[in-house]
Amino acid sequence: MTATIPAPRSSSSRPRKVNWEKWGWLYMRISGVLLLVLVFGHLFVNLVAGDGVHAIDFAFVAGKWADPFWVVWDTLMLWLALIHGANGMRTLTNDYARGRLRKVLLGAILVSTIVLILLGSLVIFTFDPCIGAAQGGDLAQFCAAKG
Amino acid sequence: MSSQVQSGPVTAPRIPSPKRPAGTLYRGREGMWSWVLHRITGTAIYFFLLVHILDTALVRISPDAYDAVINTYKTPVMGVGEAGLVAAIVFHAFNGLRIILIDLTAWGARHQRLMFWIVVGLWAVTMAGFLPRHLSVVFGGH
Repeated sequence: MTATIPAPRSSSSRPRKVNWEKWGWLYMRISGVLLLVLVFGHLFVNLVAGDGVHAIDFAFVAGKWADPFWVVWDTLMLWLALIHGANGMRTLTNDYARGRLRKVLLGAILVSTIVLILLGSLVIFTFDPCIGAAQGGDLAQFCAAKG
Repeated sequence: MSSQVQSGPVTAPRIPSPKRPAGTLYRGREGMWSWVLHRITGTAIYFFLLVHILDTALVRISPDAYDAVINTYKTPVMGVGEAGLVAAIVFHAFNGLRIILIDLTAWGARHQRLMFWIVVGLWAVTMAGFLPRHLSVVFGGH
């Protein structure tokens, strides 16, 4: 009885599938570099510049999102960071959880990521600076002028 | 020369067996500790991110609701928490660059231990710039 052994390094006969782990690995590195710039910029503008954390309120956010630059910045940060974080938590879950608990945790990570990305994007793109304009001040005048 | 013929019985060198694990179960030095720190900081940042998306979503509900929650970020306790968060982010960011260099370059794999200390150094410099500024904002009596 003889067994045939394929030559070393001959290609596998299995059909090629998408190597998701490879793309996940690549995503962590590319998004990581982008997030370094995005998050450091976010921290500098919100915590260091001006009055630091004391400057942040509704008007501060409205002022930033009046500029498309910060809309794009924050949207990129939301998507890149949440998927980067969720994929990291997936790695930890695969390392430390077993059986049913692992499946439940992976499902929770997936669902929470989809929900929060949709919620965050909705908040950014349907943001209404005139939502509190009835309270008076500069914003009220701006919104009244806007009609 | 090194290949001298030994006469007499060969005795194995005596190696004292360790009485207990020295410090930790794994003894991976810089490589292991950077890995542990990367996981801990990553987890901390992830859970803050979940909360931060939800608190920012309040801008869609009402200015008062958003201002009420964001004002808690200006208290001394949260101010110290923000310092910890920034410390975690800065380490995770710089160590992430170290991981990329280890993965993509032969130079990085050879010098991963040196790069860990460069990461620690850059982290210390960044925090030395950030902490006085942030803590004076938080405790400066605004």
